[in-house]
Amino acid sequence: MSSGTVGAAEPAGAQAGPPAGPPTEPSAGPSAGPSAGPPAGRTGSAAPPAARRGAVRVPRWAPALAAAGLAVAAYAAYAAFQGTATLPHDDDAAPFRIVADLRAWADAERNRSPFFLFLVNYVRLGVGSVHDLLHLVLHGLGWAGLAGCAGALGWLAGGARTGLLAMAGFGAFGVLGVWQASVDTLALVLAAVLLSLAVGLPLGVWAGLSPRLRRLLTPLLDVMQIMPTFAYLAPMVLLFQIGPAAATVATMVYAIPPAIRITALAVEQVSPAAVEASESLGATRAQTLRGVRLPLARGTIGLAAGQTIMMALSMVVIAALIAAPGLGSDVIRGLSRADVGLMLPAGLAIVAMAVVLDRVVTAAARPPYEEALGPGAAARRSRVRRAAAGALAATGILLGRVLPAEFPGAWALDFAGPVNDAVDWAKTSWYGLTQAVGGAVAEGLLNPLQTVLTEAPWWLVAAVALAIGWRTGGPRPAAVATGCLLATALLGLWQHTMETLTTVLVAVALTLLAGLVLGVAAARSPRFAAVQRPLLDAAQTLPAFVYLLPALALFGATRFTAIFASVVYAVPAVARLVEEGVRNVAPGAVEAALSCGSTERQLLWKVRLPMARPALLLAANQGIVMTLAMVVVGGLVGAGGLGYDVVSGFSQRSDFGMGFAAGVATVLLGITLDRITQGAGRRPLTRTST
Amino acid sequence: MASPDGAAIEVRGLWKIFGPRADRVLGGPDAGLDPVALRERTGCVAAVRDVGFTVRPGEVFVVMGLSGSGKSTLVRCLTRLVEPTAGEISIAGEDVRAASPARLRDLRRNRVSMVFQHFGLLPHRRVLDNVAYGLEIQGVPRARRHERAREMLTLVGLEGFAETLPDRLSGGMQQRVGLARALATGPEVLLFDEPFSALDPLIRRDMQTEVVRLHREVGTTMLFITHDLSEALKLGERIAVMRAGEIVQTGTAEELVGSPADEYVADFVRDVPRGDVLSLRWICRDSADGERPGETALPAETVIRDAVPAVLHSDLPVRVVQDGRPIGVVDRRDVLSALAGLPGAAS
Repeated sequence: MSSGTVGAAEPAGAQAGPPAGPPTEPSAGPSAGPSAGPPAGRTGSAAPPAARRGAVRVPRWAPALAAAGLAVAAYAAYAAFQGTATLPHDDDAAPFRIVADLRAWADAERNRSPFFLFLVNYVRLGVGSVHDLLHLVLHGLGWAGLAGCAGALGWLAGGARTGLLAMAGFGAFGVLGVWQASVDTLALVLAAVLLSLAVGLPLGVWAGLSPRLRRLLTPLLDVMQIMPTFAYLAPMVLLFQIGPAAATVATMVYAIPPAIRITALAVEQVSPAAVEASESLGATRAQTLRGVRLPLARGTIGLAAGQTIMMALSMVVIAALIAAPGLGSDVIRGLSRADVGLMLPAGLAIVAMAVVLDRVVTAAARPPYEEALGPGAAARRSRVRRAAAGALAATGILLGRVLPAEFPGAWALDFAGPVNDAVDWAKTSWYGLTQAVGGAVAEGLLNPLQTVLTEAPWWLVAAVALAIGWRTGGPRPAAVATGCLLATALLGLWQHTMETLTTVLVAVALTLLAGLVLGVAAARSPRFAAVQRPLLDAAQTLPAFVYLLPALALFGATRFTAIFASVVYAVPAVARLVEEGVRNVAPGAVEAALSCGSTERQLLWKVRLPMARPALLLAANQGIVMTLAMVVVGGLVGAGGLGYDVVSGFSQRSDFGMGFAAGVATVLLGITLDRITQGAGRRPLTRTST
Repeated sequence: MASPDGAAIEVRGLWKIFGPRADRVLGGPDAGLDPVALRERTGCVAAVRDVGFTVRPGEVFVVMGLSGSGKSTLVRCLTRLVEPTAGEISIAGEDVRAASPARLRDLRRNRVSMVFQHFGLLPHRRVLDNVAYGLEIQGVPRARRHERAREMLTLVGLEGFAETLPDRLSGGMQQRVGLARALATGPEVLLFDEPFSALDPLIRRDMQTEVVRLHREVGTTMLFITHDLSEALKLGERIAVMRAGEIVQTGTAEELVGSPADEYVADFVRDVPRGDVLSLRWICRDSADGERPGETALPAETVIRDAVPAVLHSDLPVRVVQDGRPIGVVDRRDVLSALAGLPGAAS
């Protein structure tokens, strides 16, 4: 209610003005004096002139003119200095050697230094044993036991439909012929998720209650989330060596931020009225937490758990780079050999696992009071569910004892052959089209842009970044962005950074274009939205690398594959944000515009899009971050640049230093782009408040 | 129940300033500035400014003001849901501002209850458990607290809804649950923060009647916040009008309408039908030369509208009597012009 009083203080004061204003009333009282603004006022004379000075307007065309001038200057500088002060790539740069030496040192210290002996090695041991235990139990249940237990959990959480879905999903692992790998992956994911939740949920609740802790955590979580997954694999290897333990920790780093963030948000945003009522009745903090905040936040905390699972699953493939067992390694092998038939079953199994885990967790988290059931019916239903789940689990475990643990090979379908045939057919018969599209993008966009970026002197690129950052976000973000960009040069990766920047820029442009068109279309036509929404839903729940599959099948291992995959990956989020932004424009404004006789087109261009500006900028920012993450993944399929450096850093020990540095450079590039675009999103707010 | 000095709530020099370094603003010269200037100079907002009032035990005291006048902040300061910046508050003899967290909790648990504009019900609990929540917090065993909660539900007319979830009830019924929850702890003081503003007019009138009835039955001291003048006039024995954090005037409905302290209050009460609020005291006059008052006499406290039949039936001016002494006369013309709200009728 404090904001209510703050906001309303102005009208109250404004009312004070008119009656007290005329100078004919000398005894108007000191309180009304300054707002009337006659020159006599002692305290008032300081403020109004300053306010007036701030209100001096720059002509509308001035910024545009300045921008055009800068662009011309930049082009002239490019023409004059092209080819000078470029920083060509060197595989043996000093930073790479330093990192390689660091790894040698860490390997030597592993059993000597107390830091490793008493901290790192214990973490490795603890995390590793959680994983090993789950691995043992899951394999020990046998395929029938595991499927039965999954079905039972699903039934318990969401009734028959969820239970059957869970069983079908687990059955699919076997039918796809990847049962062993799926269970390995499941063990890894469960270990990472359980540990993430064990740490993340309490921390999130605490952060929701304590603004101080939240302020402390926010920058840390920002870094964890903006950091492309590749970037922290190398440090993991440095500390924990390769294997399941390192993979679990890496997955945790990736999966924990949403657990903490969403939980904190849920606890913090519980209806203030309910919290206040509880406090007014004399509840202690603990009582309010237990009786009000946690029950009301339950659904959202379930969402946090679901999100954590999704994040953990999308790390599965990347974690395979540091020798995590399971489906991920099939995918990596398939990607590196452009063998779609090898990838597809593993990819489908990951999708099935994602769907099952997501449904079960969401169903379990749904607050029972939101379902329209009387208390008696609810109790009856939960009895039925418990009975069904118990029977299912018991049957499964018994069957698991009797049947062999191995999924019967006769039930598995053979995918690799037919899939590869189909891919070959698609490749040859659509060769002309795919070649033309890929070629056009490469020749028309990628190559020219890459030439400009790599051949321009480094200082010119930095200066342009500074100018754009300054224009969109002001001096501070511009300085941060430029600093990060220049730091990649210090890492010895300037040229590869420019190559990656090229693919990112092209992918972002295509993503924004597609996202804007789809989002606006969906906002304007409910029918289109109804068709598009489930597609977007499905697309957003898929793990990221899945988008590489069709791209790889159609376009082979090229830069365009990486771009295509990242566009497909990022478009759903962007389209959705655009749609929501355009649709949620204040209905009053839309109504007012309609009542003035605006056409649909005028409504869109004059009201909806301008008013949705913050949402559009958010969409752009989101699109850039997602695209960057994906373009780096594209290093696996021949996108070159930083992504390729990272991948080869893991596969060849001699390249470890370069891979490590490339991971850092990716982060720096991400921060650069994020600062520039986030500044653009924040700008209108700062402008109105000053 | 009553404190030594006989007041249920006593507030003196209460300030609440939101913003950076609020306590400094208070001590300095800026405290006297009007809200706009204050915000410009210090970035602070003074939501409550030097407020003082006394509520007698068993009284219904209404604080009325437009939104943003600081009344909701004021009521939250009373139990320190919002920490006041300065001032003294005593509720039933307890110095609220000096109370330790434990004593404050005790005060909130046993002596003061609050009813909120947006109800503040817990959607995941049955109505019964919502009503029993305050007792649950105190550690009252389940059977006892449920029994008490059922009594309260009967009191507010919600028997039969104990097992329902609050979301399934209408707004008016939800607020009855809030009321029952506040009553369940048996408080000495009930605080109402615009409890009926979110309800539609018909239900609001029902609920106002309900509060009047409860006050008659339970006799609790009530402090009632509202922005609705007619609600204030209907419920309040005394009314404090707030504006920009300050109390402009405190008095009975009759005093506010009859002699508003300033333009603001006058503006506020302009549309109130005077005949329904003012008593004969406000319109009686000395009898003119040669005018002979009739036999009929009315007490000075009679509301003007209630005097109409007597005045109609008397051809001569009616005598107005206070404590047995005649203080003047009124005739048909005086009553008519007062009812019609003509100028000069009641000033």
